[in-house]
Amino acid sequence: MPENHFRGRGREMLQISDLTCGYDSGFTIRDADLSVETGKILGIIGPNGSGKTTLLRVMTRALKPIKGKILLEGENIWRMSVKELSRKISVVSQSPETGFMTVEEYVLLGRIPYYERFQFLETKKDKEIALNAMTLTDSIRFKDQYIGELSGGERQLALMARALTQEPKLLLLDEPTAHLDITHQVGILDLVRRLNRNIGLTVVMVLHDLNLASEYCHRLALLNNGKVHKEGSPEDVIDYRIIEDVYKTVVVVEKNPLSSRPFVMVVSEEARKTNTGGRIIK
Amino acid sequence: MKVRFAYWTVAILTLAWFLAITCIVSLCIGSSDIPLAKILPALLHGGNTIERTILCDVRLPRILLGVAVGGALSLAGVILQGMFRNPLVEPYSMGISGGAALGVCMAIISRLGNRCGIWFLPVSGSIGAILTILVVYFLSTRRRVFNIRNVLLVGVMISFICSSLITLIMAVSRVEDLHGIIFWIMGSLEQPNVLLVRFAVIVSVLSLALSYFFCLELNALALGEEEALHLGISVENTKRLLFVMASVTTGLSVSVAGIIGFVGLVVPHFMRLFLGSDHRILLAASWLCGGIFLVFCDALARTIISPTELPVGVITGILGGIIFVYVLCRKTTSGGGGVKCFK
Repeated sequence: MPENHFRGRGREMLQISDLTCGYDSGFTIRDADLSVETGKILGIIGPNGSGKTTLLRVMTRALKPIKGKILLEGENIWRMSVKELSRKISVVSQSPETGFMTVEEYVLLGRIPYYERFQFLETKKDKEIALNAMTLTDSIRFKDQYIGELSGGERQLALMARALTQEPKLLLLDEPTAHLDITHQVGILDLVRRLNRNIGLTVVMVLHDLNLASEYCHRLALLNNGKVHKEGSPEDVIDYRIIEDVYKTVVVVEKNPLSSRPFVMVVSEEARKTNTGGRIIK
Repeated sequence: MKVRFAYWTVAILTLAWFLAITCIVSLCIGSSDIPLAKILPALLHGGNTIERTILCDVRLPRILLGVAVGGALSLAGVILQGMFRNPLVEPYSMGISGGAALGVCMAIISRLGNRCGIWFLPVSGSIGAILTILVVYFLSTRRRVFNIRNVLLVGVMISFICSSLITLIMAVSRVEDLHGIIFWIMGSLEQPNVLLVRFAVIVSVLSLALSYFFCLELNALALGEEEALHLGISVENTKRLLFVMASVTTGLSVSVAGIIGFVGLVVPHFMRLFLGSDHRILLAASWLCGGIFLVFCDALARTIISPTELPVGVITGILGGIIFVYVLCRKTTSGGGGVKCFK
């Protein structure tokens, strides 16, 4: 892969304006505006049911918006072909079915968007790109294993390798750290940051863990009830008033002494009653 | 990767070789055995020998039809199992066989067959199949989304309704019609209409060729519909086209040869076991293997209690069932449970 392959041209990689979308049972996202700057990592956070995954699905065309526009590098994603879109955006969804195949076979599926009409076999270049992606994600060491036999962390690496094989400009991650221990959580997110720094990949990821989001993202978008409640830098968004307001839980926000990013600590009911930690709680 | 390609080539060549052998052996044996040495001269030099008549008018069309129908059913099986991500789906799960059988039953009891000629039954079968396809298609489409889970439910229900109606027809029909219905339902490759045999062969080969336009789509669909979308597959169109293709090949096979069970279920399984789940090899391999299996079963059906002939559906059912159970048991003992191919 050439250096800076993933770097986009304009400043805004993705622009969502006035977006309303949802399922049959009712609207889940209403009048959302959000933009993702090229070469940055945007974290989408929010309580369960706030519309995080829905927002991600609408970016991949899995869900059609009722109103509003989604522009990828200034171009409406619904005006592109699905194939064209899959060359620009790749997605790592939450525990997808992976079929019965080896890691290498799975990663090579990421080249499907680039196949010619009558091409059935992957070319040498396809294989090189897949190999490169596996090297980058360090999934090459288990490339001949079946995906079903991998541990959760290894599996996530394989999914990342497949996503990179698509040579995207924008990478969408749906809770990449779910069900992983802290070693693998940090491993995956360090990888995301490396990809962002080294090849200029723009990343949008949905995260449940506020501390990981604060630590790794340039910008955060906090969703609540289908609306973008607050968008800004981690310092702006991870504020105890905002978090308590949205999550309806008492928290203490401190600074991480090493990265000086905000850090959220939860407070149990018991601790809340016996010790307010110097802060007056309603 | 190179190793894989070589493996595929070897697999295809082996299967083609087996198909050729099965066909040749099948040409030789029957109620009158023709030695191998006599076959080529009889086929090439013409003349009006008895051997030539037996070979060209009876056995060759039958074998060709066996290859075509076996291939078509297995192909439909692979496509449907891949699309549904369900190992128990077979071409008949969509109710097509039920619809076709109902059509043929009604045609038989209407007794118009003598007046309308040999096309009557196949055409009635096709009409039944087409009607079922349309019903299943429209009942499974909601808001322009073709829901493949519904296809299965609707298909199974239609199968039940059709089989109940067939039982009803059989209960009230006359004895001579009954024999025709039962024989048709059990399936037979005896097809006196040469034109129909040609038609079946052409459609079967064509659908194999067409299916290769979708081999990557099928591979991607193994990951689920949304994942396939992320890989740039137009999921809705693909699902529809694959459904239509599988339905048409199944409908045609049923109309020409009756209900021949288990081919479309067992053969794809067997191929998955040996060749993995890559549809680029699976489609062609299953087509070939389906041909081998059906020609082999038909040879057994013709010879086992010769000169009486058994319905080929009986043989495929027994043989296929035993193979299926054997494979399943072997898998659960060695593979740690579950059907590995779809994990």
